[in-house]
Amino acid sequence: MARAGRCAAPSSTRSASALANVRLVARLDVKATNLIKGIHLEGLRVVGDPQAHAQAYYEAGIDELLYMDIVASLYGRNSLLDLVRRTAEDIFVPLTVGGGIRTVEDVHGALLAGADKVAINTAAVRRPELLEEVARRFGSQCVVLGIEAKLRPEGGWEAYTDNGRERTGRDAVEWAREAVQRGIGEILLTSVDREGTRRGFDVELVRTVADAVPVPVIASGGMGTTEHLVAVARDGRADAVAMADVLHYGRLDLAAIRAAARDGAVAVRCP
Amino acid sequence: MKRVLVVDYGVGNLLSVRRAFENCGARVELTGDPERIAGAEHLVLPGVGSFGDCMAGLRARALIEPLVAHAASGRPFLGICVGMQMLFAGSEEFGEHAGLGIFGGRVVRIPATAADGTSHKVPHVAWAELIPGPAAVGWEGTILSGTAGGGCYYFIHSFAPEPEDEGIRLADADYNGRKIAAVVGRGNVVGCQFHPEKSAQTGLRLLAAFLDQPSREPDPTILRRMSEASSEC
Repeated sequence: MARAGRCAAPSSTRSASALANVRLVARLDVKATNLIKGIHLEGLRVVGDPQAHAQAYYEAGIDELLYMDIVASLYGRNSLLDLVRRTAEDIFVPLTVGGGIRTVEDVHGALLAGADKVAINTAAVRRPELLEEVARRFGSQCVVLGIEAKLRPEGGWEAYTDNGRERTGRDAVEWAREAVQRGIGEILLTSVDREGTRRGFDVELVRTVADAVPVPVIASGGMGTTEHLVAVARDGRADAVAMADVLHYGRLDLAAIRAAARDGAVAVRCP
Repeated sequence: MKRVLVVDYGVGNLLSVRRAFENCGARVELTGDPERIAGAEHLVLPGVGSFGDCMAGLRARALIEPLVAHAASGRPFLGICVGMQMLFAGSEEFGEHAGLGIFGGRVVRIPATAADGTSHKVPHVAWAELIPGPAAVGWEGTILSGTAGGGCYYFIHSFAPEPEDEGIRLADADYNGRKIAAVVGRGNVVGCQFHPEKSAQTGLRLLAAFLDQPSREPDPTILRRMSEASSEC
């Protein structure tokens, strides 16, 4: 099978930085029962049924799914967990759930519904010990720190919460380092400046965080073309790349994305 | 209909494991009852979180003895992720912890550097292809028999076993030049470090191949290890 042979070339023929396959993650922002999409995490429009989109991405060979409840109301919480349950029934790739995870019990509920990992942002900023509590109880492998980073006028990035609306006063890179000490297993790094713009990832942000921490970094926010993916994987050293808009509106399909990644010397799995 | 028993000992969510086996056409029983486990044919030991917590969960439910007995019986036994790691004698994760001791060797932290000395990420979170391990036996007749065409599996772990006997390493994964024991097996007992229930169609094929595994004669090496372990007590 020629296709399988392209999945992982012998290690001797590749540089160390290109060895592990970069994961392609479909990010689905969810409000109540709808898949939605915004710009800079705001100005939300309804795209469709999240479950139908997730199923289609699974069948097209997505590596991972990410559901973000961007309203995180109590009502939304129940419908989100229903969605997770239905998704876990027939979709056999890792599933991360984020948005409104505030307590160890919230994490437990998401995992019982079928999530493999949870992404935590606001609650961790308010009480960083939560990261330790969740890692100790369920393992580091299921704790993803969500960082919403915004470029500072004077340089560097500040971590925000609540879909990029609330400042934290924390330096995004320092916060990433601290969270690793507290036991997180991955970082979902969203550039608020680029999110929804299709102008490409903030490669410098991703590179700075990826070089600062020993855990994998998922780059999120700004993918508009396959060149953007290649840039953030190669120059940004992202371990995984989240994409939303390009998939939800059918601007790119996964087969084309994978082919372009390989052409750009970015290893990806072949499903 | 094929039947499979998945050991439920209070760690993690077993929904995905159950659904994946159901997708393969099996009837799945999730239980932590030692008597049910003692009567199982195809048995799956999953595991997430830390090694010590998982072993504590097994101990609290009096499951160590029936699990070891199953391994010694010749009936098919599959360990997944930490469930695979627990097949070994011990782990260094958060202090020293004893495992089931079905295989010799310890579970150790994945090196923080790639083979070329540059730093790389731990946990190892990636879809990786399997490559033949040092085991002289081929994949034919094992849970890997349907995977000759390749395909990737989903790994997420910070620790990995170092088998005492390289002959049980059926398949490895390459992580930036570091070889990771991905599938270990001897006789009726097999373990995979990755999550087949999260590895799309490739993983489902492996689970289906496990359901096709027959019971075998008890493995003499496993029996010897077990009798040595019990005489030490």
